[in-house]
Order: sequence, then C-alpha cells, then structure tokens
Amino acid sequence: MSDTGIGKSVKRTEDIRFITGTGRYTDDINRPGQVWAVFVRSPHAHAKIRNIDIRRASAAPGVVGVFTGKDVGADKIGNLICGWMIHSKDGSPMKAGVHSVLATERVRYVGDHVVVVIAESKNQARDAAELVEVDYEPLPAVVRLADAQTRGQPQLHDEAPNNTVYQWHLGDKAAVDAAFASAAHRTKLEFVNNRLVPNAIEPRAAVAEYDTGTGSYTLYTTSQNPHVTRLVMSAFIGIAPENKLRVIAPDVGGGFGSKIFIYAEEVVCTWAARKVGRPVKWVSDRNESFLADAHGRDHLTIAEAAMDAEGKVLALHVRTKANLGAYLSTFSSAVPTYLYAPLLSGQYDIPAIYCEVDAVYTNTTPVDAYRGAGRPEAAFVIERLVEVAAREMGIDPAEFRMRNFIRKFPHQTPVLFAYDAGNYPACMKLALENADYSGFAARKQASAAKGKLRGIGLSAYIEACGIAPSQAIGQLGAGVGGWESAEIRVNVTGTVEVLTGSHAHGQGHETTFAQVVSERLGIPIEQVTVIHGDTDKVQMGMGTYGSRSGPVGASAIYRAIDKVIVKATKVAARCMEVPDDGVEFADGIFSARGTNRTMKFGEVALQAYVAHKFNPAEIEPGLKESAFFDPPNFTFPSGVHIAEVEIDPETGKTRIERWSAVDDFGNLINPMIVEGQVHGGVAQGVGQAMLENTVYDDNGQLLTASFMDYCLPRASDLPSLNVGMTNTPCPSNPLGVKGCGEAGAIAAPAALINAITNAIGHEDIDMPATPFAVWRAAQQHEKQAAE
Amino acid sequence: MYEFEYLRPSTLADAERALRQHAGAKLLAGGQSLIPALKLRLNRVECLVDLSGIIGMNSIERRGSLLAIGAMVTHAEVAESSVVKKAIPGLAQLAADIGDPQVRNCGTIGGSIANNDPSADYPAAVLALGATLKTNKREIAAEDHFKGLFAGLGQDEILTEVLFPIPRCFGYAKFPNPASRFALAGAAVADTGKGVRVAATGAGMNGVFRVRELEAALSSAFRTEGLKKINIDSSNLISDVHGNAEYRAHLIGVMTKRAVDACLAG
Repeated sequence: MSDTGIGKSVKRTEDIRFITGTGRYTDDINRPGQVWAVFVRSPHAHAKIRNIDIRRASAAPGVVGVFTGKDVGADKIGNLICGWMIHSKDGSPMKAGVHSVLATERVRYVGDHVVVVIAESKNQARDAAELVEVDYEPLPAVVRLADAQTRGQPQLHDEAPNNTVYQWHLGDKAAVDAAFASAAHRTKLEFVNNRLVPNAIEPRAAVAEYDTGTGSYTLYTTSQNPHVTRLVMSAFIGIAPENKLRVIAPDVGGGFGSKIFIYAEEVVCTWAARKVGRPVKWVSDRNESFLADAHGRDHLTIAEAAMDAEGKVLALHVRTKANLGAYLSTFSSAVPTYLYAPLLSGQYDIPAIYCEVDAVYTNTTPVDAYRGAGRPEAAFVIERLVEVAAREMGIDPAEFRMRNFIRKFPHQTPVLFAYDAGNYPACMKLALENADYSGFAARKQASAAKGKLRGIGLSAYIEACGIAPSQAIGQLGAGVGGWESAEIRVNVTGTVEVLTGSHAHGQGHETTFAQVVSERLGIPIEQVTVIHGDTDKVQMGMGTYGSRSGPVGASAIYRAIDKVIVKATKVAARCMEVPDDGVEFADGIFSARGTNRTMKFGEVALQAYVAHKFNPAEIEPGLKESAFFDPPNFTFPSGVHIAEVEIDPETGKTRIERWSAVDDFGNLINPMIVEGQVHGGVAQGVGQAMLENTVYDDNGQLLTASFMDYCLPRASDLPSLNVGMTNTPCPSNPLGVKGCGEAGAIAAPAALINAITNAIGHEDIDMPATPFAVWRAAQQHEKQAAE
Repeated sequence: MYEFEYLRPSTLADAERALRQHAGAKLLAGGQSLIPALKLRLNRVECLVDLSGIIGMNSIERRGSLLAIGAMVTHAEVAESSVVKKAIPGLAQLAADIGDPQVRNCGTIGGSIANNDPSADYPAAVLALGATLKTNKREIAAEDHFKGLFAGLGQDEILTEVLFPIPRCFGYAKFPNPASRFALAGAAVADTGKGVRVAATGAGMNGVFRVRELEAALSSAFRTEGLKKINIDSSNLISDVHGNAEYRAHLIGVMTKRAVDACLAG
C-alpha cells in the first residue's frame, strides 16, 4: 500500500504555488496588445432606458470601443439562459424573462450590465465609463420577497405575471392533510433564510482573444465548469461553434457556486475581442462582485410538523417563497425546487411530506446556487422544526431525533430520494459524546453565574451530492447530463497525466486525484499530474459543484484506471509470455502467476509504447484510456453538528464556545482535506447564521455592498472545531465516497440558531443573529420574564 | 483612482507652501482612510501632500503635566511607547486595538483626529481627556474641533501635535461593528481630577460627543454601580443595519461601565 494512496492525509501539493504567489489566476494572464473592459452598470433598481449617448466616452483618451446591447444584438449574440426547466403545479413551464448580455430597454437591478467601454488601460476605461450618458426613466421597484406577488406591485417581466416564475410543488398533500388531522402535536415556524453574497477571494475575471488566422476564440475565465461555459456560449449564445472556442479556467480562487454560471461579462468580452481586434481583459472589483455575482439563498418559509404523542413525526407541510432576483441565472430554477424539497425528509422516517414553492422576480441581484444550494435551506427547515418540536413536547432534542431516525436502507422518502446507506444513530452517539452533551447543564450554570446565557443546539443534516445520475436529473428538467469524464495518459516512462472534467478552485483535486492514481497503480504521487480546466486539453466534462468531484469525478478516474490496468495486464502477459489471465497486478507490480517473473508498472508502460512484444492487430500500442462515469444514484452524506454558545446579554455578542461535528462522508481519500472542507463549510454556515447580512433599501440599493458593512467570518469568530467521522461506504460509486464540500455550510446554521434560541429561551430570532438581533431578542425575553 | 499630483515635502514650511499653491490639495498622514476612498473613486484630489517626510512630527514626550504626541506618530508607536504606557496607559491600549497591524503601522494619530471619522477611536480619547490640538496656526481645544462629521481644520492648516493633560485615570472600551471593526459604540472615560469626562464615538449622528448624563453620575461617584439605570438620550444617535439608536444608547452605557472598570483596574 502506497504512502500517498487513498486514505492518507497527504499534504496538498498545489499549496506550494498558492502560498508562494506562483499560482496563475485569470488576472495573472496578460496577452500581447490587450485592452481593458469596464462595464457601465445600472444605478437604478428598475428603470427604462430612454437613450444611451456614448459620444463623449468614445472620444475619451485611450478608448478603442464603446458598445451597447444594440451592437451585440446586431451580431446575433443571444441572451443568457437558465438551463433547468421547472414546471408549475398546473403543468405550465416556468416563466423566464429575457436576460440580455447588455440591457437595451430596461434595467432591473442595481448593477445590471448596460454598456461596455474598452480602452488601452483599466483607468482609461474607467474614466471613459463615467462619460457614458444613459438617460434613465426610473420606475418603481419591487425589492422585498414578501411583496413580489402582491397585486399592484411593479412588474419585472411581461412574460411573468405577478412576478411569478413558477408555482411548484412536491409530495402528497392529501396524505399530509390526513396526518395533520390526526396529530397529537403540531409545531409551526416561520423563518427567513437570509440572502448571502458569495465573495470568493478571487473576484470574477475574463481575458478573451480572437485568432483571425484560425477564426477561433480563447477565453480565460474564472469558471467552475469551463466545458459548460463553452457549451452555453456556443449552443445558446452563439459566440462561436464549440470547436472554435477554447475556454480555460486556470487557477481559480474560490467559487462556492458563484463561478458555475455563465454571466454577461465573459460573453461580452469574448464577442468584443473580435470586434476590436485585440485581446480584451476584464477584472471585477469587489464592489462589482457584491452587485453582479449571483447571490445565494433568500427564502421565506412557513413550515409545520405533525407529531404523534410519542414525538414521532407523521408529516411535514412546507410553504416557501424563493427570491430569484431580477433574472434567472444559469441554474437558479433548480435550487429552491429539486435541490431543496427532496431534502426535507432529513435523516428521518417521515411518512408524508408536501412542499410548495413559489419562485419570484424582484429588482435585486439574481440568486443562484451557493455552497449547499437548496440543501442548507432544507436542513434549516427540518432541523429547526424537530428541535422546536422536541422542546415544545418536553423531549430531549437528541432523543427526539433518535426516535425518528431512518434505520433501514435503502430508504425511499416521500419526496423522490432513495437513500442508499447511512448510520444516523452512530453519528449522533459520537457527536453527543464529543460535545460532552451530558455536561452541558453544569456549563450553563457556570455561565449564568457570570451573567452569561449559554445554549446548545443540534443539527442532524443530510445532503444529496453529485448532481447525477443523468437520467434522473433529466426527468427533473436538467438541460445537461450529470456524469463526469476522465482520461488517464500513461507516459512512455510510466509517469501519469490525469485529465479530469472536474475543476479545482480550492478543493485540492491535484492531490486527492493523484492519490487515487497512486493507490491504484502503485506509483508515488510525484509521478502523477492532474490537468483540468482547459477545453482544448480535456475532453467534455461537467465541472465542480454539488460536492460531485469525489463521488463522480474521482470515480471516473477510477474507472479509467480500471481500463489502463486491463490493457497493461495484456501487455505484461505478452512480455512475460503467459496468458492474460496468468498475470496479477498489485502495488505497482505485474506478476506472472506460477513463475518468478515480474514487471514494474513503468516497464509495462514502456513496452506498451515501444510495441515490440505484441501483435498490433491484437493490442493497440500506447497506454491511454478514458471513462465517463454516470452513477446510479445521488450520494447521501450526513452528520450531526452540535454548537454551544455563550451570549453576553449586555451587548448581544455571541461566542461559539464549542463545536462538535461528526460527519459520514463514506470512505475518505484524504482525511486532512476532508476536515479542511468541514472547517470551511462550518465557517460559511456560521457566517450565514450570525454575521452575513445582505440588506437592500426600499429603492433596491444594496446597503451592504462592501466589507465595511457585510461581515464575512474571521478566524476569531470561530472556535477550535472538533471534527469526527463515521464511515459508511457509499454503494453508488467504486470509491465508496459521498462528497464533503458543502456539509459544513448545510449543517451549521441550524445548529447555531438552535443553540442561540436555547440560550435566550425563545424561538423568535431570524438569521443573521447579529449582536443587535441577539440583544433585542434577549431583551424581549427579559421583558417577558419580568411581566 | 483618478490621477493626482503627489508631493512629499521634508519641512513644515514646504508643506504649507504646497497647500497654498495647490487649491485642491489634501494632506496624507498615513492614508488609512483617504487611500481606500481614492481607490474606490469615492474621493478625488488634485494633489496629495504626504507628511511622512517631515522631520519633527513623530515624537512622544512627557512635558510636565502633559503628554505630547506628534501628529505623525503611528498607532503602533503609541501602543508600544513606554512614555504613553506610563502617563496614560489606557491611551496605549486604545491605540493597540485600532484596526489591524497594517492600519496601526501606517495610520497616525494626527490623521485620525484631522479626518474626524465619527467611528474612530482617538477622537473619543481627545475629547474625554480635554486634549489640545496644536496646528501650524493655532491651538484648538478638543471641544472646538469635534463639531460635526469630518469637520475641523482649515484648508491650509496642518495638525502638528496633540497635547493630552495627564488624568488621574483613563479608560476606553468599544463594541466593534462586526464587519468593519470600527466602534459601533465606544466610550472614553477620564477622571481628570477636576471632574469626570465621558466621550462617546461610533454612535452620534454628528460624530464624537460628551455624554453629560454619565459625566454627572461619575463625577459624583466614580464607580460602575448605578450606571445601568442612567438613560442615555438616543435622539441624536445613528440607526443603521448594524444597530438602531436605542441599541447604541444602551451600548454607550455598557461601554462606559467597562471603561470605568478599566480605569479602576489600571
């Protein structure tokens, strides 16, 4: 067994370049003769464009081009698309408004893209952008999700009456109604799942060039899925055929979903590169990121659970309004539907669930997938409901969950999914032990003696990862497949290149994927290079999101290695002059059974290429195989997170004192990287629950559009995290892995709000539970207690 | 940034000349507020006159009953100064808690006071301690400087030194805005020997201000008991996404109590 194989905490090989400044991000790419693009954006949340005057801007120093939507339209460049079709309960398709790459008639949110100014330098482009005169006629805006469907509100798109994109549902309403009628106890909650701004550390960027000689384009861009970018820009937007468009996503500094989507800026830059005959570069600044990167979450939900007298959950009824912003971003429609409602069963055996979702337009930045995408929203609903139900019924919340856990697998929920494997009680037991749950009462007393409020909260989350199988997601409306591809190129000297359709933007694939190869072929990871993110090098792939790179991406690599081993075994058999089935392969050595003949993997690779020892009519020379892996099911990671907080009632300041996470990600390729993913996910979940506050004023201006007002979690906001694991292998892929990237962000918000509400003694607080919000909630509790 | 001219004079006289010659000139004294504003194009200057080359504006010394700090002394230097730690330890602590290490190594006391940001820490100390601001033209009492947001010095006026009367004790406590880490509300408390002065920052719509209700209570008895009961007028306090006026009024009381605790402990 290799030291760098599966299950080893190998240090991340890519970190050397990331932490020594030798990474190569899109902003590091500069092409000869390059010019800079700056976008003129709408200052209004909603306005009619009466006229655009570009004369002064066009005459400004250094300007090489100023273009509007009319110029783009004249070249037959299409609109941005939403790639997942959702049908309403009445069977009608979702109502998608037109989303132009540059707005011509109307703008619908602050930050909407209107004009592109291209100049020799970035500063010249900025100066000229200020000279573009757009004559706006401001229109009334609808900003609040709760108001969007109300009669008489401003209407965003003619295609969507009452600003309603769809009215969707899932589950059996009659069964739920019947269960509620017979329930011994009901718990009803209303909550906000707050809007979040993704804020990857690297802002979005694009460098595009056009080669007049070959008639082809190259786009360097900050993408989580360059092949899908190429597909959409070719097939739907019409920039160029796929074979004339190369998309490269080099090192990418974080995505969290926000870099899955195909945005206006990269489309416009690619189109403009040919128009101006020079490479065009655009780099978003932070303020632009706040306004123009797709946001996450933004739900209002009323949820009700029905229980029998013993606390067994009989049914759930969930009614959600989801804000999709001003336009439908690339995968936005799927997030509050198929990535949300099927998760509402959580880890529990619930006989009946019914969920209704209305998705609406508002004059705000578009909303799409953000770390967890629908699943954090679902986990928040079910984990707040069971916690409060337990409190109301006087049952310990851990015990309440234990009574309701699914214990037999596979388990068909009433909302689409068939969970393949899991062991929920084992996770819970370990988490309670690690959290010293039984010692909490004493700690609460000690805090009270200091005038502090202490609370503990649980979250037993589940997620569905992989965003595959293709047939299943196709039936649900996805416009693409959900498989992943891999190619293994064994070089003549036995080193290996792995070409993967997954894309790393912080996950550590260059290490973990190399570990899979190291394990299977018995070679050290130094001999393995992982290549990703270039459509000219890598065959079609689907990219990275939905915690799919392990279960789907690495599994494709696994399958390609299977093929390499089959072929190498044949070559080895010929070389050692034994039948094919007379060769065994283990730890990098081919052995001819019953002889003392062996060959190292590298020797066999050499023989495959020199092709001296076999008949090319029987075996093709070379050693290179590819595989497309399409799993039979989603994967279902799960876990229990327990948060313990101490609140200073004088200021509302909440300190997280302890955090105990036990996750079941199945088999682990690199436990250290997995733990790191849990840390990052929890940090983002903590950010959502108590720090990140996205606030629009009534005119649709984003009040929290910089880090002066938008609070991202810092190291000092977090405790030392106690991360434990249970490992129930996943039966749906050859590696037995489930995916781990989103878990923390899914688990954390409910754990933290459950802890805070436990501390303040009532349930009336929304996310984010900022110091101000907690202080008010604590005050309210004091006042009620005094009365 | 928009284009601007950059000058770095080496004497005060040269700096004054530069200000006279360039009507739109602004002084650069560390740049921890001005440079970000310029980068975001929120501010535009014709000319920047960088004071960092001027000799004689960065000393810290005890002068009898005064602590004199040169306008170009950085926050880090105040935080680490043995002279400050001995004379007004609470002031060294205040400086140590400003921003982050980069801000503390570049930002200066003069820059902070001249900029008069309503959420800055130094203005509260200057007002609570009743410091005197020395410029190239005059001496200004703290009360006369902090009259409204970002107001203060004249166009050709350069702050050169801050003179702090050494109090019996001084303490400062702030509740940071979770995002920016500026004070959401901060309170500086000084027992001057001739009464107690309390100044609040981060909370007032017109910037830093003295909290007379608390001063009266603390002047009659310098202790934390009873402070909780004092109602602070919230009518001129800021309400924003981070907290309303009522919360800030409450925090001024809590921070004052903590500042008094710091005083009594020091």
